This record gives sequence, structure tokens and C-alpha cells, in this order.
Amino acid sequence: MHSSTVVVVILLLASAAYQWAKSRSISLVGGTRGVRNLHSLPAYYGMYVALWCALPALALLGLWHLLGDRVVLQLVLAQMPTAFQQLPADQAGLLLNDIRNVVSGAVPMETARPEVVMAAHHWQTLSGQSNLAGGLLALCVAVLVGSLAVRSIKPDLRARNRVESAAEWALLACSGVAVLTTIGIVVSVLYEAIHFFHFVSPIDFLFGTTWSPQMAMRADQVGSSGAFGAVPLFTGTLLIASIALVVSVPIGLFSAIFLAEYAARGVRTVVKPLLEILAGIPTVVYGFFAAMTVGPLLRTVGESFGLTVASESALSAGLVMGVMIIPFVSSLADDMITAVPQSLRDGAYALGATRSETIRNVVLPAALPGIVGGVLLAASRAIGETMIVVMAAGLSANLTANPFEAVTTVTVQIATLLVGDSEFDSPKTLAAFALGLVLFLATLGLNIVALKVVRKYREQYD
Amino acid sequence: MTKTAMAMTTTQARVAASLRRRYAAEMRFRAYGILAICIGLAFVAFLFTSIISKGYTSFQQTYIALDIDYSAELIDPEGTRAAQTLQAADYEAVIKASLKEQFPEVEGRASLRHLYGMISNAGEQLLRDRVVAKPSLIGTHERVWLLADDHVDTFFKGQIDRKLPESDRPISDEEIVWVDQWKAQHRAELRFNTAFFTTGDSREPEQAGVAGALAGSALTLLVTLLLSFPIGVAAAIYLEEFAPRNVWTDIIEVNINNLAAVPSIVFGLLGLAMFIQFFGMPRSAPLVGGLVLSLMTLPTIIIAGRASLKAVPPSIREAALGMGASRVQMVAHHVLPLALPGMLTGTIIGMARALGESAPLLMIGMVAFIVDVPHSLSDPSTVLPVQIYLWARSPERAFVERTSGAIMVLLGFLLVMNAVAVILRNRFERRWS
Repeated sequence: MHSSTVVVVILLLASAAYQWAKSRSISLVGGTRGVRNLHSLPAYYGMYVALWCALPALALLGLWHLLGDRVVLQLVLAQMPTAFQQLPADQAGLLLNDIRNVVSGAVPMETARPEVVMAAHHWQTLSGQSNLAGGLLALCVAVLVGSLAVRSIKPDLRARNRVESAAEWALLACSGVAVLTTIGIVVSVLYEAIHFFHFVSPIDFLFGTTWSPQMAMRADQVGSSGAFGAVPLFTGTLLIASIALVVSVPIGLFSAIFLAEYAARGVRTVVKPLLEILAGIPTVVYGFFAAMTVGPLLRTVGESFGLTVASESALSAGLVMGVMIIPFVSSLADDMITAVPQSLRDGAYALGATRSETIRNVVLPAALPGIVGGVLLAASRAIGETMIVVMAAGLSANLTANPFEAVTTVTVQIATLLVGDSEFDSPKTLAAFALGLVLFLATLGLNIVALKVVRKYREQYD
Repeated sequence: MTKTAMAMTTTQARVAASLRRRYAAEMRFRAYGILAICIGLAFVAFLFTSIISKGYTSFQQTYIALDIDYSAELIDPEGTRAAQTLQAADYEAVIKASLKEQFPEVEGRASLRHLYGMISNAGEQLLRDRVVAKPSLIGTHERVWLLADDHVDTFFKGQIDRKLPESDRPISDEEIVWVDQWKAQHRAELRFNTAFFTTGDSREPEQAGVAGALAGSALTLLVTLLLSFPIGVAAAIYLEEFAPRNVWTDIIEVNINNLAAVPSIVFGLLGLAMFIQFFGMPRSAPLVGGLVLSLMTLPTIIIAGRASLKAVPPSIREAALGMGASRVQMVAHHVLPLALPGMLTGTIIGMARALGESAPLLMIGMVAFIVDVPHSLSDPSTVLPVQIYLWARSPERAFVERTSGAIMVLLGFLLVMNAVAVILRNRFERRWS
């Protein structure tokens, strides 16, 4: 029995139970005229029973599927000839994969080994039986619990309160998803990173200055160890992020000042959305733009000044990233500047200050904490940006501060180490998780500080 | 003159003297602002002109008319007309024969290879389909418009300078002569590139299309929407309407704000380690992509949802409670309907972000080269931004045009989504004053 049909049947049962319970609650009090004798409206009795009918059955079905596969696997393995049961772990894994492929039809039956085909058949029958049993059991539970719930209906049953508390629990569970996501990130990244630190010591990783994550196939190959010193990645990331900030902070800040303090309403309503277009453009588009247009352009310009600019330079990636962040900086700064109370400005004007003097000496100092918070958020975004640097910054881990050279960043290395096949036991793949951990912690730190600063600033003028 | 009056005039004089400087500073400051905005707008303009000027040509493709002789000897020498024979016949030879007939003077292996390379190998498939659908074509002549190879197409669109030395351009001198000849005979023309919207990816630029990536994006976004909208709205309602003020709620709140600023690639790591490695879900599948993207868009939707719930005035709540409604009834019947347009706007903006996202999808294997258009949530597939990334890395020159074309398609979708969000906001959002 297919599990989706079971789900549909359970839902149909639940809606039938809804109708049944609703009419039963009405008939209990002697027709529609007696409804006022019920504690809740009849529909709530319906919902109450429908929930009892569907939820336990669905939970059972889910649990069955979660555990059923493993049980079937154990049964299949137990049935295999003893020679197969004593295989070492890696070969057993391969065998298991073969069986899986035959079961899913990715490998035709004819080409597989006879033992594998037998196991696959066995698997199919067992999982068919398991699905059938699970489905029938779930349906039984639905019918049983549903009818018990219908029996429990009495005029003084507090159906509405029960349904509502179920709804509140569901809402709470939904808001817990965000927390679960964070926990999931921390656990999965930390787990693999700790695994990585079994191979490479954290000191070597954080303070080593050579990065060449290629692992040798054979032990006697030259450079077989691979080097995992991440300092060049950190400097590369910082270089590109600071170029991006150097571009975006002045432009973003000045345009925010102009839009907030000088521009007429009409200009503002046109220019602000136009600038915000930049924030809506996908990063892959910026990456293409950096690699195809800005990179070659910088190279020609550089050549005319007698400079050698690599075609994948930190400058082109940083420049384009800066353009991407402009609206981010400008809209945050705009918020902060408009939050400064008008009375401060009026005071400055009354003392005879010009507009620019007011802005420089009164408004900006007042808005400074907020602006700093915004710049920190922008920095965290620049550090975590991936596609622009993957497409325009290159892969060579140079330890340099020269923006005309190619550098690589943490995100580029994560992306390149994990794209392609991933065996989770080589330091090469695990290194990506260690880098991910560093990235997550760095951006988290920046965000926490920035959000705290911004919040404190907002409270100051509320 | 008294002493005070003297002092006043000197002060006035000093003020008057400094005014010029101060006004100049004022003008300068103002000019910086205008300059900054102009630079920003110039970037917008530069970006768009650069993409559009590179990409608009990808919506047209060069076709070449050949007089095809469906000769029975080449296609079906035994005359059985069996479907299998027709399927397996060598249509490349048919095209080659037609080219040879048109240019009988071409000799030598290199020249012939050039000549045969002018037509894309999609032509064989076209002829095969025609003959299989209508076997009576065999033995007749027909003029068929066939897709030109990518280097011919690039040249025909004028993107290759014919004045360059032969070794510096991908098209040889003799090929240029043939193209010119076709052009003079009206046998070569640009037509609307329907294949771009109906086919999947291909190694041959002239046959590559965005249909596969569009279907992948649609499936991924469907999963994202189905998961993140209900969960996001529910979480927003809980936090805004039900949550007690305590540590637990504070943790959730701080957590959501931080999650909104976590780099997207970290979500990719989560997807890889959790969904693929731990739960054993299929790689490259829209299902996993949608899961990852919904976790990523969730904070955006929750924040937008809370903002629009906050905007509903408390008097509505008080009135509902005063009439005896329970809190759940108050939210479900009164607050939520009023807040829904704002929530939808936030959701559409979140979806637009998810549509443009590619970094986390690289991690979960949605970068594979996939020709087939995906039809289910577990089919291997790619999405539009990743397709752009893949094409941008391809060395063939003709892929530059494709990439820009795909970017234009992507930007078009984003434009539509944002426009819908703006319309929704303007039409349905109520201002309470």
C-alpha cells in the first residue's frame, strides 16, 4: 500500500469523523434548538474528533516509515549468505548500495550479481509487507481512536478549549522550527568540524599559512599530506570584504544622507526603489557581471597604467560586491538618519548652522551607533557572500594584500571542496565544514553585536 | 563708536567672511550626495545595459535552409519502412549529402569537416522525427530549416569580427564564404529561439535551453512555498499574539533575527550534512533544495509576518475579545485576515530571494549537468541561477549569450514577482490612522 494513499484515506476518515461528530453533538442535545446547551459550537466537536482521528494515525505512520526501513534492512542482511555478513564495513556498504540500486531500478536486474538480485527481491517483498502492515495499522488506529473520541462527546465536553490548545501547540511548534534550524546548523557543522580536527589540529588550521587541500590517492605521492592552513583564506576574505566596504560605505552613506535630508519627496520616491533594484538582483548575476565585464575592464584599465591585474582579481570581486551592498548600507543608514528626532536638527538650525553642518555635527553623531551597526551587518554579508567570489575571485590561495592579485575566500573553498562527489571521511570534504564553522561563528558574532547596537540605538529615540 | 559695537562689527565681519566658505562647504556636501546617488544609479544602468546588450541576441537563433533529399538508399535501403529502421537510419549522412550537393566544389577532409560542422547535430533529430512521423517523405525532396552550429550562429549575429586573422576566430575563411552565400540566397536567417524555452541543458550551445532549469526552479519554489508560508505565518502568529514574555520567547526572537543574517552557504552545509547525509534524501533533488531554501526564507517570512500583525491596531483585538471571542477566534477571524496581505507581500519577496539563490544549492548537488526536464520532486534537476552559473563557466563563446539570456529570463521573473508584491501592498494593505 502506498503511503500517500494511506494519508489520503486517513484525511478522508478525519473529514467523515468531523461530520459524524458534529451531527452527534447536535443530536445529543436534541436538535439545533438545543445547541445552546452544548459547551462549544458543534463544529468544535467535529474538529476535536477529527484531530483525534488523524493525528495519532499520521504520527504512527511517520514513525513506522522512519523505523521500518532499518528493520527491513536488518532482515534482508540476516537472510544473506553468511559470507556476506562477515564482510568488512566498507565492502558491506558497497554491497548495500548495489542492492539499493537494483531495488530502485537504477541498475537492471540482469547485470547484477545473483546474491544481490535475491536480496533485492527479498527487500522488495519485505518492504511491501511492511508498508501494508503499517498502512493497515494506521487506518485501524484512525478508526479506533476516532470512534472512541466520538463516544466521549458530551454536552459539557470543553471541545473548543481542547481544539484551541492543540492549535496553540501547533503554532508553538512552528516557531520552534527556527530554533531547530539553528541547532541543526550548529550540530551538523560542529560534528563534521570536530571530525576534521581529528585529522588536522585546530592550531594548524587556524594559523597555518599554506592551503592546498588536495589529498593524494596513494600514500607515497609527493605532497601527499595536503595542507590545511586557512590563513590565506581569511586574509583573502577580509581583503575582498574590505574592498567591498570601501566602495559601499561612502556611496551608501552619502546617498542615504542626500535622500533623507536633501532630496525632494518626488526624487526620493523615484531614486530609492531604483537603488534598491541592486539589492534584488541575484548574486549569480553579479558574479557573471564581475567575471565577464568588470574583470576584463579592470585588466585593460590596469594595463594602460602599466599595472598587471589578474583577470580574476580581488579588486573586481570586491568592487562588484560593494555595488551589491550599497542599497543595504543606504537603506539601513536611511532608517537611522530618519530616526534622529527633528528637535535636534531644529536646535542646530536655531544656532545658525547650515544644513551640512547640522548633518555632520549633529545628525551623524547621533545616528552613528546605528550606522556602525548597519556597517557591521554589511560586513557580515560581504564575508558570507559566495557566488560573486566563486565566479570572479579564483581559487589560488595567495597570502597577499595586493588587490590586483587573485585571492580565494572561505566561501569559495567551501563551495569548491564540496561540489562534486563527497566522501565524508576525507579531510578534504570535512575541511569545508571546519571553514563553515569559522564562517558561521564570525558572521554570528558580527550579527549579534550589530543587532544589539542597532536595537539599543532604536530604543534611545523611541 | 562704542567698544561693544566695534566687537559686533568684527564678529559680523568674521561671520560674513566665513559664510562664503561655509556655503561652499554646504554645496560640496550636497554635491557628494548627488554624486553618490549618480554612481549608484550608474551601476544599475551599467549592469543592465551590459547584460541586455550581451543577452538579447539569445532569443534569436540562426537557421539555415537545406534542400534535403530523403533518399531511400540512405534511410531505408530495404524499403521495409519499419519504424525501427527509420529510427536507426543515418540522418547525418542525409544532411551531409545535401550539403555536398549544394557545394560540390568542396574537397579535402578539413574543408568537408568544416562544411559538415556548419549544421548543428540537432538537425538529425529533426529529420528523424519528420521521417518517422511521415514515412511517405522518403524519396521526396523538401526544403528544411535546420539549426546552425553555434559558431556559425555567433558569426551570423555579427559577434565575430571578420577582419580578424583566421587563426584568431572560431570560424574559418571558407565558412564565412559559405555563410555569405547562404545569406545572399536567403537561405540563412534569424528566427525566434523557441528551443531556448522548450529544451533542457546541452553541451551544444545552440541546443541549450532553460526549460529544465525553469521546471527545477518551479518545483523547488513549490516546496519552499508549501513549507515556509504556513510555518512562517504560524510562527509569526505565535510570537506576536500568544507567546508569553519569557526567556524562551526571547531566545526564539534573537535566534530568528540572527538566522536571517546567516550566510546562505551555511544553509547548504546544513542541507548536505542533515538531509542528504543523515536522512539519506536524494542528491540534486528539488525536494532537498526546497527544504534548504524554506529554512533560509523562513526568517524573512516570520519577520514580515510579525510586522504586518503589529500593524493591526489593538482596538480590533479588544473589540473581538469584548464580544466574547476566544484568543484563537480573535486571531483567526479578525487579526489574520487583516494582516494577510502584508504577510503575502513578505512571502513573495522571500520567494523572489529564494528564486535567485544558488550558493546553498551548489552544496546539495544541484549543479549536475542535467539534460532532461524534471517532472517530480525527486528527479535530479537544477535551477535557473545555478544554470546561469554553469553556463558562465562554459568555455564556448556562444554560452556567454545564453548566460545573459538566462539572466534576462531570471530578472524577468523577479520583476514580475516584485511587481505583484508591490501591487498587493498598494491594493490590500490598509493604513490605520
